[in-house]
Amino acid sequence: MDRVDGVVLPELDGARPNTGLSRSLGLLSLALGVGALVAPDVLARWTGLDDSPQARAALPAIGLRELAPAAGLLRARHPGWWTGSRVAGDAMDLTLLGRALADRCGERRRRVAVTTAVIAGITVVDVIATLRATRARKARERLIRMTVAVTVNTPASEAYRFWRDVENLPRFMTHLAAVRATDLRRSHWIARGPAGRRIEWDAEIVDDQPNRSIAWRSLPGTRVPNAGRVRFVPLPADRGTEVRVQLGYAPPAGGLGRAVAKLFGEEPEQQVRDDLRRFKQVLETGDVVRSDGSPDGISVRQQLHQRPAQPLPTGPRR
Amino acid sequence: MKATAWMGRDSVKVVDVPEPKIMSPRDAIVKISTTAICGSDLHLYHGYLPAMRKGDILGHEFLGEVVEVGPEVGNLKVGDRVVVPFPIACGRCRSCRQGLFSVCENSNPNAGFAEKLLGHSPAGVFGYSHLTGGYAGGQAEYARVPFADVGPLKVPDDVPDDQAVLLADVFPTGYMGAEMCDIQPGDVVAVWGAGPVGLLAAASARLLGADRVIVIDRYPYRLRLAEQHAGAEVLNYEQVDVLDALNELTAGRGPDACIDAVGLESHHDNPALYAYDRTKQAVRVETERPFALRQAILACRSGGVVSVVGAYGGFVDKFPMGALMNRSLIMRTGQCHVQRYTRPLLERIRRGEIDPSFVISHRLPLKDAPKGYKIFQKKQDDCTKVVLKV
Repeated sequence: MDRVDGVVLPELDGARPNTGLSRSLGLLSLALGVGALVAPDVLARWTGLDDSPQARAALPAIGLRELAPAAGLLRARHPGWWTGSRVAGDAMDLTLLGRALADRCGERRRRVAVTTAVIAGITVVDVIATLRATRARKARERLIRMTVAVTVNTPASEAYRFWRDVENLPRFMTHLAAVRATDLRRSHWIARGPAGRRIEWDAEIVDDQPNRSIAWRSLPGTRVPNAGRVRFVPLPADRGTEVRVQLGYAPPAGGLGRAVAKLFGEEPEQQVRDDLRRFKQVLETGDVVRSDGSPDGISVRQQLHQRPAQPLPTGPRR
Repeated sequence: MKATAWMGRDSVKVVDVPEPKIMSPRDAIVKISTTAICGSDLHLYHGYLPAMRKGDILGHEFLGEVVEVGPEVGNLKVGDRVVVPFPIACGRCRSCRQGLFSVCENSNPNAGFAEKLLGHSPAGVFGYSHLTGGYAGGQAEYARVPFADVGPLKVPDDVPDDQAVLLADVFPTGYMGAEMCDIQPGDVVAVWGAGPVGLLAAASARLLGADRVIVIDRYPYRLRLAEQHAGAEVLNYEQVDVLDALNELTAGRGPDACIDAVGLESHHDNPALYAYDRTKQAVRVETERPFALRQAILACRSGGVVSVVGAYGGFVDKFPMGALMNRSLIMRTGQCHVQRYTRPLLERIRRGEIDPSFVISHRLPLKDAPKGYKIFQKKQDDCTKVVLKV
């Protein structure tokens, strides 16, 4: 199950999307740290600080300081925290270099200036990495995931076929207004938001195992990144098929996030459970089951605010 | 159209509401000619089952003429006279395929709500609270019948309305109560409750070969019906100690099978015991008053069957689990899987093996439904079963 999440939700799951950048920064920290500890004289000469005994004495300490984020970043745990500590270190280095620049001239001044420019560049990269990591962490904190299942009295192939035609999805996922297949793998989704607001995105099928499983995810650039997998597990002795669904989505912060939260209600998992009930109804009986109290079919919110069990004045709202 | 609506505890009213329309391709609309008030409607009337809303149309026993069919209803046509089973069943889920129509997995659109109370959801039922779907009921001029290709049974002209309407619920329910007893030659079957279901359970026990049938109630006019139409011996629990009397009648063995046809609003002749459960029910500590059920379990012969067709909604107290377990009792229960029984029971009626309409005591026009509820509730005028003519 976790493995599936990793495949399906790379942009939402774990620190992996940022590992490239934070690993590079980790390696840089490691190289600088080891260099400053093992060969402080060489480093001092390169940077134009070889004339100052204090600077030469400070270099191993700075090297030690570099090793902690190196370890942290290479282990890829809490990258935002470690890149943050690098930014603090950068600030310290720039301050020291600023002073060094003031009382030097000639070749040494040139070397200190180059060093300062390089550190300033690295600072920019560190700041970007920190911001990215923080954003990813916040998205992960908002990430809503669920695992829900239903048993249907049809062969796995039939359940798979119905689901694989993504244009069928709005028949049982009530928050969807429409899904249009743009080609065999890609599709355009339109969700109904509160107050007539629509949320649209494109999605692609990333894994398709006929009669067994389908995995999809929204394409990059989607405002509400989301992904899911459905597995069709046949039961023995003609007992039908278990339909097991994993879903995840990361509502953004701010107004759109609140709209999405409202769309899914207080219990997003209950809503998906209802979706699966409707899936079962449509698959087994041919339609969503409607009553006078729940004319649009099953829905938790509907259950709390039922109309009386009397025929509708104007027929069902289709 | 006119329809009988629940207006609050102990209150129903005939009101004007819109006529139903086809909502799904497997729907039919039935113009009702005969409908009935069920004992379980009294539980709703008294406000014991949760999730009623003011204005809900009541009634789950009805018969009438098909006036409109959805495109996927191939077996019915306009003009057919049909009786409609009270559980709404899709006919396609695994439960339906196994004949367990009253636990259809699809027909309750409020299943999530029912699961909170019952663990899993039973089928939707006409006019029987929002817990079982929020479907408008049949004490009305018209009703929408979902899954009309599965439930409704065409009634031949030689079977009158008053017999056929009982196939919607009470006759199959009583029959299933007897069938669950797995009656063997020589068996003695005791039935708690001489309402329509209990009377028809007693008569069905006879049909299924019971040697003796004993019916327990407190209304002499109902006990007389049991004697006359089910050949039963009768016990009035206000006059005798039921457990002693049953031991006496069976020389200490106890009945081989005991049917609870009473349900959650049982009475007890001991005022203190009655008050105990009545109070807990009133303050909603328990939702049922299970005197008959407790007694049926204690009375039953060791290794016998306790068959429960009386309606329950929630939780009971002081359930005699020790007796059930230590004496190898078998408890069977369920809302009736009516669709399983309509055809064979219609044949039994046509062959003259039984005329279930002996349970009907009153025939009133639909507009008098409130009066029907009142006399049925108060057991006035020797009321056993009220049928409403539309």
